[in-house]
Amino acid sequence: MSLLSLRGLSKSFGGLVAVAHVSLELEADAVIGLIGPNGAGKTTLFNLITGNQRPDSGGIFFDGRDITGLPTHAVVRLGIARTFQNIRLFQSMSLLENVLAGRHCRLRAGLAASLLRPPFQRREERQAVRRARDELAFVGLEEQRDKPAGGLSHGSQRLLEIARALATDPRFLILDEPAGGMNGQETAALMELIAAIRSRGVSVLLIEHDMNLVMKVCRRIVVLEYGVVIAQGAPEHIKRDPAVIEAYLGSGE
Amino acid sequence: MIAARRSLLSWSAFFASLAALPPLLPLLGVDGGGAVQIGVLNDIGIYLILALSLNIILGHAGIFHMGHTAFFAVGAYAAAILNTSCGWPILSALPVAGLLAALLAFLVAVPVIRLRGDYLLVVTIGVVEIVRICLVNNIFGLTGGANGIAGIGRAVILGRRLTTPADIFYLIWSFAALSVLLFSLLENSRFGRALNYIREDEVAAAGCGINTGRHKIQAFVLGAFWAGMAGTLFAVKTRLVDPESFTFSESVMLFAIVILGGAGSMAGIVLGTFLLIGLQEIFRDFLEARMLVFGAAMVAMMIFRPQGLLPARARRYDTGGRTGASPGAAGREKKPGPPAGNGAAGT
Ligand SMILES: Nc1ncnc2c1ncn2[C@@H]1O[C@H](COP(=O)(O)OP(=O)(O)O)[C@@H](O)[C@H]1O
Ligand SMILES: [Mg+2]
Repeated sequence: MSLLSLRGLSKSFGGLVAVAHVSLELEADAVIGLIGPNGAGKTTLFNLITGNQRPDSGGIFFDGRDITGLPTHAVVRLGIARTFQNIRLFQSMSLLENVLAGRHCRLRAGLAASLLRPPFQRREERQAVRRARDELAFVGLEEQRDKPAGGLSHGSQRLLEIARALATDPRFLILDEPAGGMNGQETAALMELIAAIRSRGVSVLLIEHDMNLVMKVCRRIVVLEYGVVIAQGAPEHIKRDPAVIEAYLGSGE
Repeated sequence: MIAARRSLLSWSAFFASLAALPPLLPLLGVDGGGAVQIGVLNDIGIYLILALSLNIILGHAGIFHMGHTAFFAVGAYAAAILNTSCGWPILSALPVAGLLAALLAFLVAVPVIRLRGDYLLVVTIGVVEIVRICLVNNIFGLTGGANGIAGIGRAVILGRRLTTPADIFYLIWSFAALSVLLFSLLENSRFGRALNYIREDEVAAAGCGINTGRHKIQAFVLGAFWAGMAGTLFAVKTRLVDPESFTFSESVMLFAIVILGGAGSMAGIVLGTFLLIGLQEIFRDFLEARMLVFGAAMVAMMIFRPQGLLPARARRYDTGGRTGASPGAAGREKKPGPPAGNGAAGT
């Protein structure tokens, strides 16, 4: 059975149909690519999955459970984490604190525990800090853990967002243009990183314009145009699909 | 850890030197045994407690709340009414006054907390006016209208009646010290961090699994609870509460203390309170010049030092010593593996 299934999802903004009756089955243990020209509705589809926006119609099922319309924090708790196309870090806070944000939903201490500091609270804080540090090491940013996030290069900021998302213990990770603003070397490292995330047992869905990256790391590719799925399948298949070639060449991309 | 110990030391030193003032002032030959100065310090203490409670809402959660006096007023009136009409010892009204202010805050917050900053600002300003007008109009026949409520009984602690300004001083400043302790525990915790994430970027905070609406309401209600208790202390100090003590300009003053002192920074807020309330006392005779200086200072701060006089410092974490030597493009080789032990995703 698929881990995430989208059934007839639609979303319009005023008269503009951004996502039109999209149905997809996204299997576990895979890296799946979502491609399509600018404005195709890829980010909107992500926003629907993570509860940042509500679909006009259709349903979203995660691991067999209906998560349609759940607030974002609840979706994250259930195991779907994401990064943002227009990087959203806590700019003035340290790298470590940024990643700690991801641990928040796995910690228990409330107001009373914060004031009384019982042993469980101290233990979970210690573990959270250690875990945040591990995630920073995982993306290669551990040395800079005390620096403010805003001072990082564009590429490193994308990595930090990934570390923060991983800290939430996701089973499904959604990356919106992770290579955006990265140089060739950084992109190569990112491809390795995605494979490593995958081997941690986390399924990945990513939007990317870098075709070389998409073709190399994705097992399956879904192509969106004007909010409609026009093709899906293995990379070799997509490369040769006439509708895809039309969408990319025809639209002058 | 070291940082925490150092800050505990500086705070203890600060409060200890304040505690030495009441016996010291007469020895130094200050006029009237320093009663006037102690009175000013008592005002400063109450404002400090209020500003610390506003700091949770405005400084940490970034909620533009300019109506804190409303909760202060509810607490003060609740204590005054419970004391004068129901015969409660004034200090035993402390928790009830806090809870009533918290209840009002909850009722206000639930429908409006999701509003954008500037809209929320307008709503909170409205709340102060509504509360003040209710008080003036002698709502439920309990608040005594424009005259307020007089004849509040003296506070008694362990059989000792608090009569002198110095007695009140120790009560207020003990509570201020307690506030510093509790709020610093709170801000250096999961709760405090969550508020800061929300302030920095609410969408990103939600994307990290933080229930932003709930945390904002909690911050708002908690701050109001504390302001309600500060209201009780005010009633103890003045033994007369009237609507004129709870105007919009008091709200603006508190807002300014937090922003000028340094949002989210307790040291900044102490400094801000002493400067703004202290200077207000010193310049009492030049009322108009005071507002001019005040306004100019506000503008200058926003231009030259938007973080406040003593900006909040970053929290320090004990990351367990040695820096893992894992440079290289992405340090994949020594990956922590599926990070262990903490359980899979909420299943
Ligand atoms: N919040 C919004 N309000 C109005 N229009 C939007 C909004 N978000 C996206 N759109 C529109 O929906 C379409 C799809 O956008 P998006 O999902 O960002 O595309 P992509 O990520 O594939 O480039 C675009 O035409 C965009 O202008
Ligand atoms: Mg997009």
